[in-house]
Amino acid sequence: MTSPIAPDLTAPGRMPVKPRAGVWRRLVKRRLALLGLVIVAIVVAGAVLAPWLTGYDPNEQMFDGLTIEGSPLPPDAKFWLGTDLLGRDLLTRILYGARTSLIIGIVANGVALLIGTLVGVVAGYFRGWVGSALMRFTDLMMAFPALLLAICLAAVFEPSLWIVAMVIALVNWVQTARVIYTETSSLAEREFIDAERTIGASAPRILFRHILPHLLPTIIVWGTLGISTTVLLEATLSFLGIGVQPPTASWGNIIFENQTYFQAAPWLVFFPGAAILALALAFNLIGDALRDILDPTQRGRA
Amino acid sequence: MTPASKSILDIANLSVSVRGEDGEREVVSNLSLALSRGETLCIAGESGSGKSMTALAIMQLLPQPAARISAGTIRLGETELTALDERQMRRIRGDRIAMIFQEPMTSLNPVLSIGRQLTESIEAHTSLSQAQARQRAIEALKAVRISEAESRLMQFPHELSGGMRQRVMIAMALALEPDVLIADEPTTALDVTVQGEVLELLRDLQRQHGTSVILITHDMGVVAEMADRVIIMRHGRMVEEGKTADIFARPQADYTRELLAAVPRIGSGVGRQKSRDVETATTPANVAEVKDLHVRFDLHGGFFGRVNRRVHAVEGVSFSIAPNETLALVGESGCGKSTTAKALAGLVPYSGDIVIGGRNLSGLGRDERKAVRRDVQMIFQDPFASLDPRMRVGDLVAEPLVIHGIASKEERSERVAALFERVGLSADQMELYPHEFSGGQRQRVCIARALALRPKLIIADESVSALDVSVQARVLDLLKELQREFGVAYLFISHDMAVVENISDRVAVMYLGQIVEMGTRDQVFSNPRHPYTRRLIEAVPVPDPGKRRSRFARLDQEIPSATRRIGEAPLKLALRDVGNGHLVAAGN
Repeated sequence: MTSPIAPDLTAPGRMPVKPRAGVWRRLVKRRLALLGLVIVAIVVAGAVLAPWLTGYDPNEQMFDGLTIEGSPLPPDAKFWLGTDLLGRDLLTRILYGARTSLIIGIVANGVALLIGTLVGVVAGYFRGWVGSALMRFTDLMMAFPALLLAICLAAVFEPSLWIVAMVIALVNWVQTARVIYTETSSLAEREFIDAERTIGASAPRILFRHILPHLLPTIIVWGTLGISTTVLLEATLSFLGIGVQPPTASWGNIIFENQTYFQAAPWLVFFPGAAILALALAFNLIGDALRDILDPTQRGRA
Repeated sequence: MTPASKSILDIANLSVSVRGEDGEREVVSNLSLALSRGETLCIAGESGSGKSMTALAIMQLLPQPAARISAGTIRLGETELTALDERQMRRIRGDRIAMIFQEPMTSLNPVLSIGRQLTESIEAHTSLSQAQARQRAIEALKAVRISEAESRLMQFPHELSGGMRQRVMIAMALALEPDVLIADEPTTALDVTVQGEVLELLRDLQRQHGTSVILITHDMGVVAEMADRVIIMRHGRMVEEGKTADIFARPQADYTRELLAAVPRIGSGVGRQKSRDVETATTPANVAEVKDLHVRFDLHGGFFGRVNRRVHAVEGVSFSIAPNETLALVGESGCGKSTTAKALAGLVPYSGDIVIGGRNLSGLGRDERKAVRRDVQMIFQDPFASLDPRMRVGDLVAEPLVIHGIASKEERSERVAALFERVGLSADQMELYPHEFSGGQRQRVCIARALALRPKLIIADESVSALDVSVQARVLDLLKELQREFGVAYLFISHDMAVVENISDRVAVMYLGQIVEMGTRDQVFSNPRHPYTRRLIEAVPVPDPGKRRSRFARLDQEIPSATRRIGEAPLKLALRDVGNGHLVAAGN
């Protein structure tokens, strides 16, 4: 109409937003995300500073930790969260147990996420026989009872915290792989991926620069959901005697040791359960906020 | 018939607001219109003009809870629609006002048979028995000229072609003989030849039943063909209203004039002076040569998943493109034009020869092929889908340079800034994300991206068909300018004959995977020899109400499928030269 190349500058009137700068700042600005960060910080601090926060030893069975009849003590001024069946201070055990649970929740879950994403992305993008082989293997793993597999793996390796973490990772990646596979294969059909290929982009470039960022929301959601599952799976393994070995505390095994006395001493299950819940919720809140912040199309819709 | 005499639908001072990020925004402001019995009223406008919102407001189907009618009245006969609750409104929808949507793929339920969907709406609104409803459904299908109506009732939407589906939608809408039919872009998703048939069908049915029609469209050709009266809308406001002939002959508002000027017209010979003689000048080496290109997709079936059928998407296509030349590849959906483009761009495996810059791609190793492919870039149809939504547009335009290791970081951003300015964007916009741009601007980003590597050939696959006409005209002008400046050749793929006539030097018409006619633009448009080419040209609605076609040649059979059994390869058409390199498939 007027000049053919009349600048077409009408729509975006907003000032360019500074790139990544301020992911942290924007995270802190969200009240719920901040709450999540605070909870995680408390748990981490508790785990690291455990020896200074409590005067008791986590494994010491105290003489005055049980009633005359031999039942555990409810919370009182001396034992803030009460004592367990063996007369150990519950608060101390939860603080020390946080170390185990954090390592399991973050390391085992992280590794599972990594394997799952890698398998899913590769299978979803390349399809063909590579994809089929990977996905059939995933299905096989899914059909196999996870606990049985974990027991087999744990029997082969000498049990230690890190081995338990690996065992959990090797069991838990399958669901992630399935979900990521489906999403990747639909992403790979999108036109912008074709557009990337026409400018000569290599497969790794497309995978890491163009497909992975779109999977981030899913990965974050699965990551936060995985924390509670892994913590509980560790507890199950401990209960079966192939997890973290008995005197060492973990949130999961505190629950398992005491669950039969739930009626008589509910605090023994309530406090560690609340700790797991709070940690999972905290990661969930952070993950939710991160997902929104990292999505450029959500910009400014806080 | 004057609008006031016997109006069936009266809209007065209608405003529709949508709640968004920054408060409420009016998408339709103070719109008044009256629709008479038996009249066809076109609401025309570009995207964002509020024309679809008006339709949804009449149907009381505004997206909840974001949008609402903020003022005004909508009267259907004696009934005030805005005062009705959902239950009362449900009785009116379908029975007294019916609506046809743009996308016949998605507006039919894929898991229910056609018959079930038709009888369901009939039974819901009448007290007819099941058998009577079925009879009524068959009549409705016959009315929209669907053959073998009885057996069609058993079919599912995916078994029908796009045109068929849209006819089923019309049958469904008209089965209850509504007073008002609202058709929202009813032919936009259809091929031109099918579009002609559907429009004619609508016109005939309207004459028979005396239905009033509100036709919403962006296509001024459709307006000229169909409307008694026109309302032009822009930014939610009525810009102009009048009799169709008046609007086209004496547009009053500036916007209407601009809109009409931007419409590509076939046969008007505008655009280029005459088709340039590209080849005469010392006959430079061709940028790209395609020889006997075949693309076939295997379909697996049967118990063991063996290949039992093949889609013969491209069957022995040959052409060449000289530097600075625009070759247009035209045809309807499924003719293989996009697949040809994809083969050329390296997106689908093919057999045959593709020679780019004198080097045959099939003989090259991976790295060499990547280097040769630099010379061929592509602009896709949908600028909303072809840019990675999570990357800044500046990075997207710089990406080809990064991949091919061209220029240092600083040089790159300078080059990208220059490209932005060149395609009519500003360098400040490099930091933005694709969703922050309009469709036309995004297509400019795509063009900048395609230009970044200074290719010799740019493939434009329906690159302007998703854009509004005024934007389309500007993007086409930009493409022409860039050709003059850089001497780049275009392979321009389109279904729109008017656009093709506007931009091309040479034209190749494709049908069922083969080229049926190829020649210079003048040869093909002023002397079309193949019946399919003629049909394509005739099917384009002319934006001139004076040239309204009385009758559109109807094809009763559907375009045959390109899917064939193994061993039943399609017959190869031989192209015959009818003078000066004008090639036409023999046997017509």
